[in-house]
Amino acid sequence: MKISLWINDKLIEDDIPADTILLEFLREKGCYSVKRGCETSNCGLCTVLMEGKPILSCSTLALRAEGKHITTMEGLQEEAKEFGEFLADQGGEQCGFCSPGFIMNVIAMTRELEDPTEQEIKEYLAGNLCRCTGYQSQLRAIRNYLEMKKGAK
Amino acid sequence: MKMKAVNTPVRKKDAMALVTGKPVYTDDIAPKDCLVLKILRSPHAHALVKEVKKDAALKVPGVEYVFTHEDVPGTRFTIAGQTFPELSPYDRLILDQRVRFVGDAVAIVAGKDEASVNKAMKLIKVTYEVLEPVLDFTRSKDNRVIIHPESDWSIPVGLEPDKDRNVVCHGIEERGNAEEELAKCSYVVDETYHTKANQQAMMETFRAYTHIDVNGRLNVVSSTQVPFHVRKTLATALEIPKSQIRIVKPRIGGGFGAKQTVVCEMYPAFVSWKTKRPAKIVYTREESQIAASPRHEMQVRVRAGADENGKIQAMIVETLSNAGAYGEHTPTTIGLTGAKTLPLYTSNAKAYKFEFEGVYTNTQAAGAYRGYGATQGTFAVESAVSQLAEKMNIDPIRFREMNMVREGDIMHAYHGETANACALDRCLERAKQMIGWDSKYPCRDMGNGKVRSVGVAMTMQGSSIQQVDVASVSIKTGDDGFYNMQIGATDMGTGCDTILAQMAADCLHTEVDNIVVSGVDTDVSPYDSGSYASSTTYLTGQATIKTCETLKKKIIEAGAQMIGCSSEDAEFNGREVFVPGTDQKVSLKDVANAAMCGSVHTLEACEKSTSPVSPPPFMAATVEIEIDKETGHIELIDYCAAVDCGTVINTNLARVQAEGGIAQGIGMALYEDVVHSKAGKCYTDSFLQYKIPSRLDTGKIRVEFESSYEPTGPFGAKSIGEVVINTPSPAIAHAVYNGTGLRFRELPITGEKIVMGLKELEKDTGK
Ligand code: FES
Ligand code: FES
Repeated sequence: MKISLWINDKLIEDDIPADTILLEFLREKGCYSVKRGCETSNCGLCTVLMEGKPILSCSTLALRAEGKHITTMEGLQEEAKEFGEFLADQGGEQCGFCSPGFIMNVIAMTRELEDPTEQEIKEYLAGNLCRCTGYQSQLRAIRNYLEMKKGAK
Repeated sequence: MKMKAVNTPVRKKDAMALVTGKPVYTDDIAPKDCLVLKILRSPHAHALVKEVKKDAALKVPGVEYVFTHEDVPGTRFTIAGQTFPELSPYDRLILDQRVRFVGDAVAIVAGKDEASVNKAMKLIKVTYEVLEPVLDFTRSKDNRVIIHPESDWSIPVGLEPDKDRNVVCHGIEERGNAEEELAKCSYVVDETYHTKANQQAMMETFRAYTHIDVNGRLNVVSSTQVPFHVRKTLATALEIPKSQIRIVKPRIGGGFGAKQTVVCEMYPAFVSWKTKRPAKIVYTREESQIAASPRHEMQVRVRAGADENGKIQAMIVETLSNAGAYGEHTPTTIGLTGAKTLPLYTSNAKAYKFEFEGVYTNTQAAGAYRGYGATQGTFAVESAVSQLAEKMNIDPIRFREMNMVREGDIMHAYHGETANACALDRCLERAKQMIGWDSKYPCRDMGNGKVRSVGVAMTMQGSSIQQVDVASVSIKTGDDGFYNMQIGATDMGTGCDTILAQMAADCLHTEVDNIVVSGVDTDVSPYDSGSYASSTTYLTGQATIKTCETLKKKIIEAGAQMIGCSSEDAEFNGREVFVPGTDQKVSLKDVANAAMCGSVHTLEACEKSTSPVSPPPFMAATVEIEIDKETGHIELIDYCAAVDCGTVINTNLARVQAEGGIAQGIGMALYEDVVHSKAGKCYTDSFLQYKIPSRLDTGKIRVEFESSYEPTGPFGAKSIGEVVINTPSPAIAHAVYNGTGLRFRELPITGEKIVMGLKELEKDTGK
């Protein structure tokens, strides 16, 4: 089926089988930051933004993105780097495999929530699993990042 | 040596690439024209493959090959990633006619894309002769069903195996007469514990791709912790010389021991070697749950006895381990259930005994998971010690203080090594203070049906396998004076590329950024037994220091010649070779560049390390939990850990290692469990059924370091990677007891079990 959508602000047109999953489609198009960690919508590794809102690309048909704007980390390099520095300073990217999906959701969170509490942070990001870090370093990174953002305002 | 980089929180070298999502993992860099492979798996726990009808599958457009046991080489091998001497049985084939667990490989299907291969899988008709399985590991020995009847089963170095009785290994170690001494004790506990299989659940599942290079050699790019052992396994399995194989390790999305086993590489390797075409396999999460390499399920009986003064005088540990269908890592993990627990308490005891046995069953084969047997043993022994303290009416921390190993003690049960660097006493005191033990032990009723309670546990691990593991490092000086460092140890996200560069930077008096570290490529990297057994920081660190010393000598020699002085008079400060007290000097840049032209100075060095000892890191932990007596729900309030890993090389990475290991241990304690149906089918085949902790589940984890100085370690360091996973199960089980009176000797401790237990308790007390 014909599809046209924007991936990182670039118009992409293609002809794909109707059951193509968005995750596979994005990787096919060179967005390798998008990872798969499960088949059951549990891990959050595949998080991308559709019209600015975080979605799980593993459980979204590519056709659902018809006419929409999809953003992956390839299209958010500056913001990824900005928060990524804070994560790196905590060693909170151990193997790093969960980092893109996690960071995409952090970016979405900072756009959506003003000054979130610790509990709100944990709840917003609960769907982003990480097996390496035990989450504490990620939380430290987020706190420092939010502090910095506040200070910059 | 002045430490500038060591003991600081240097960022990982690959950090920015990882956090900006660069394509650095196996599947990101696999060529697009790879054949895509899928494995057709057995629905039976034990069966013989009688016939495989593949015509219909081969007719699916895009499908190119279907291979069965008739197509593969007939030499048995082990997929355990271990160096010599090999203790694991050679009991596998790439595809075997006999399938031994639900999920065992029956056929390899290869095609141009996933969709066509998946379609073909459904069209393959397999006829099985279904056999009776052995699913209960306590009934495996001498069962009439023999899991490995084949005559070509072998084992390079066996620990009393007896495969005709389903026994993979057996052994006894004893000092003094433990039974006799136990009988003399005034207070004795005798309990049996049961720990379950757990999945490492690293976020990147098993995967590899393979192709044939310009010289006709097999190239394998694999997400592995043990590149050199992948080469060894593939050479045996494919019956080709090692010189024909090259393994490259890109960035890895987590391993935790899972990737110390060659779980998936033989399939694409076989296909590429046979067809000369590139091939790739990426396991689904389901496959990584049902046909992988989880922690060994174990049954551990502990008998511990103390005299009337509260001194432990005798301890006996008996471990039965479930190998599953194949024996990789079984003879080696099992030893740690005793060797990493008994020494904590038996330095001054009269006797101890350790007996072990590993048996086959028709379940998913177990392998290496962080902690490697020590985790299971620690749950059992620490639980028994807490119970013994209670029996004697002594505070469980006090009781440990009275009995634990201290610096200078000889650990008879740990190869007779002396605890040269041991801050366990300080760790325990610290963990006690951190949680506020005295005001919280044993529990506080919160008045709303909830109770808050505390628990304690301590543990040790090793640092490399003494007299076995080897690590080598090579460093060469490039023009202008930068360094290329090659290590055979694999960075699996743990940051060893950075940690070792920190050490090298301090040894060569330079900046971490001036040291370029290359990932493992078996064609060029020096041999390393691999990143396991907590060996990298300690052993590869030792090799790093040695290499730097040799290299420095060479730089000084070359520099001295340029200055025109004797090398004995010259020194090197990282920037220049100079003669102290004079203005004679030559810069490293000039020395390095001079070596590039008309020179015989090879400014490179390669040194190797192996260690006669395996100095244990120690750790003590306390935990506070809140138990909802209505629902059985456990909430982690505070997990306090004090770790003695010797000198901390990278303060950030060590902390994150500890926090991550504790979180995994919490999962093991509370919900992670590989569950099978009565027919042997694995129910926990996804993250829906197999729950790992999310950020809402881990509570607060606090880690502090109480460092000792290990004289044999690089900069005084010991290991950290594994010791950190051991304490949660016993500490949480202890806290649950202190809050409810329920002693859990089987993991995981689910809310359901707590509610049931409390009901029973009420009945018993007639309330
Ligand atoms: S891949 Fe796991 S949630 Fe999408
Ligand atoms: S850093 Fe490895 S899974 Fe999160």
